[in-house]
Amino acid sequence: MQYLVSVIDDKSNPGRTDRRPAISAFNDRLIAEGYWVFAGGLADTDAATVIDNRGEEAVFSDGPFVESKEYLAGVWVWEAPDLDVALELAAEASKVCDRKIEVRPFLGE
Amino acid sequence: MSVTGVREAITRAHHEEWARVVAALTRRFGDLDIAEEAAAEAFATAVERWPADGVPPNPGAWLTTTANRKAIDRIRRENKRDDKQKEARMVWDDPAVPSEPLGAVDDERLRLIFTCCHPALAMQTRVALTLRMVGGLTVPEIARAFLVHESTTGQRITRAKAKIKAARIPYRVPSAEDLPARVSGVLAVLFLVFNEGYLATGPGTDPVRHDLTAEAIRLTRLIRALLPEDGEVAGLLALMLLTEARRTARVSASGELVPLGEQDRGAWDAALVAEGHRLVRERLAAAATGVAPGRYQILAAINAVHTSARDVRDTDWSQVLALYDQLVRLDPSPIVALNRAIAVAELDGPEVALAAVDRLDDKLAGYHAYHATRADLLRRLGYGQKSRAAYDKAIELAGNTAEIAYLTRRRDQLG
Repeated sequence: MQYLVSVIDDKSNPGRTDRRPAISAFNDRLIAEGYWVFAGGLADTDAATVIDNRGEEAVFSDGPFVESKEYLAGVWVWEAPDLDVALELAAEASKVCDRKIEVRPFLGE
Repeated sequence: MSVTGVREAITRAHHEEWARVVAALTRRFGDLDIAEEAAAEAFATAVERWPADGVPPNPGAWLTTTANRKAIDRIRRENKRDDKQKEARMVWDDPAVPSEPLGAVDDERLRLIFTCCHPALAMQTRVALTLRMVGGLTVPEIARAFLVHESTTGQRITRAKAKIKAARIPYRVPSAEDLPARVSGVLAVLFLVFNEGYLATGPGTDPVRHDLTAEAIRLTRLIRALLPEDGEVAGLLALMLLTEARRTARVSASGELVPLGEQDRGAWDAALVAEGHRLVRERLAAAATGVAPGRYQILAAINAVHTSARDVRDTDWSQVLALYDQLVRLDPSPIVALNRAIAVAELDGPEVALAAVDRLDDKLAGYHAYHATRADLLRRLGYGQKSRAAYDKAIELAGNTAEIAYLTRRRDQLG
């Protein structure tokens, strides 16, 4: 079962910025134990562009699709046998990243 | 067998077998929805057939077989779903997924309870799901119990089942390492059900909802049977029994709350008191060997002290206070501090207690029991005016009809 694991930061109360080495070590463990599928940190939400091409022509807008205090700072995709395993890893991830974590399952086929 | 006899047999089977049937089917088909529906159909079939055919010699086996057949019928009917079910079944029975070691706790019903009380579900959802899946209450019954719309309760349960499936919340007993925290989550659900029954709120409701307290006790007894070594389970059961024992003495004929000190102690249920005391003694023996008691065990012990006194004047208040001191160390919440102050009033007088209660103002100003406690202490100290104002505030915030009646009379007696 695959889970999208989102790292949530808070503009008014951001997590520590010195987490990179700890996250690398955590990633190595995820890989070694077979949970790791994908990981990536995201650039600032200011760098986002939203495209809406449902109408006559594509409309581009500068910035994220939703402005909020909390925003997505990075994502993982994990392969885990069940939610308990994913939640246990997520609890560690929250400490390692010093940020909140959301765990959301991908749709089953 | 008489009609009443058959009806009783069905009620008994529902109490004893519902959770077992749902649990066995969930295990087999990997789907709470199918298990719930098939179990409900099996009981409906029993209601139809047993009066004519007679009660089968082994009702549990009959119900499980019937429910299994209903589940397979449904899966066949929904051909499209068939493949998915097969797949689900494979996943759930996957030998590569390590199963917990078999032992005393290997009962299907425990898996069901832990799944329904999973921490990834919201508290209200856990309560509704546990009452439906483990307790066998219907959606309208649960909705009535918590004064919410049937559709809200129905949606809550449907969403929970969908989340369990989509997020793959596992159907298993947690590992030994996670067990204490998870058991404590289950007990929180049962305590909430019990309290909602004991302190029922709302203008149109009975002051004590016996259906809810009885259901909470029944489910806690089940957990106790499944986890006999767990001290907090024993503690919670003892706490519920010692509280339930006073139920009839707690509300007067005119529907007014009777506080502990004024209750007719002869009206307490002696059998429940004895059972509660036995459990407390069992936990005291464990504590003597160095097992630190948790909060339910301490609360049960406090209730055991109260229920051991034949007359309120015989209450061992220093023992009550010592237990509250122990509880404060474990749970330094303002509500515990408030209850501790009531014991302080008996030992050191209302003035000392009032000072302690007043310190809780910023945290408990919205809690009716805070104002009721203050009102009583102020009354005992002779501050009529201040006491009246505190009763007014308590009445305004209280939700329980019997408690409102009691507080109102107390206020009006101030003169």
